[in-house]
Amino acid sequence: MNLHEMRTPMGRVRGLGSARSGTRAFWHQRMTSVAAVPLTIAMIIILISLLGRSHAAVVQILGSPIVAIITVLFVLTTVYHMWIGMQEIIVDYVHEDKLKLATLMANTFYAVTLGFACVFAILKLSFGV
Amino acid sequence: MTELQAGSTATPRRPRPLSPHIQIYKLMLTYVMSGFHRISGAALYFGTLLVAWWLIAAVAGPNAYANFEWFIGTLIGRLVLFGYTWALLHHMLGGIRHLIWDVGLGFEPNEREFLALATIVGSISLTLIVWVIGYLAAGGPR
Repeated sequence: MNLHEMRTPMGRVRGLGSARSGTRAFWHQRMTSVAAVPLTIAMIIILISLLGRSHAAVVQILGSPIVAIITVLFVLTTVYHMWIGMQEIIVDYVHEDKLKLATLMANTFYAVTLGFACVFAILKLSFGV
Repeated sequence: MTELQAGSTATPRRPRPLSPHIQIYKLMLTYVMSGFHRISGAALYFGTLLVAWWLIAAVAGPNAYANFEWFIGTLIGRLVLFGYTWALLHHMLGGIRHLIWDVGLGFEPNEREFLALATIVGSISLTLIVWVIGYLAAGGPR
């Protein structure tokens, strides 16, 4: 029997599945991982080029447009990626409802705070205030 | 049922089979690498604090940056940074392995073994290469 016959037409159109959230997290995790590969390589090159330099030189290089854009993209991509990843780990291991909600919330707070702090630092360096 | 009761009086010839479970499963590189992927991801989750500290220290000024540089210069700081480098590169290669699977390739037993081996050998090699280049870029022995 065709599996599709088991589903209602509305369910098939929405394509959300049993989790009611579709495959968005799965897809976004793949999309951010593809983006993270070149961004990570670029970030490692930037970091190596900054080694042994003075604070003034580091500030100047980090604030230059290309480096700042790459760094912001790296931070946003990896923070979103790690937010989804930790959510996946939490729902795998934490089964008690209240604790699960608390850890999921803590995960979001942590990721948003870290992402905002990093982006703020880079933009402040770049805009040079 | 009668067979079972009759059998219970004598010692069984061999223990009853158990379903595969992590504690009794034969240690295989593919599943160890699967675990490493999650562990390195979780390590990077907290390692990102180091990135945030670095960026905030840079914007906060020379004193804050000097504190960060001091920490990275200590033995513990070096170990944390080395671990972060390894986790980052390992997770990247492990992720590429997952992307290869996502397009439907690399599922044959020998291919799975190769990808698992390539992930661990590649991540260790790349980490050492990055650190050697970094050491030379920082000015070598001083």
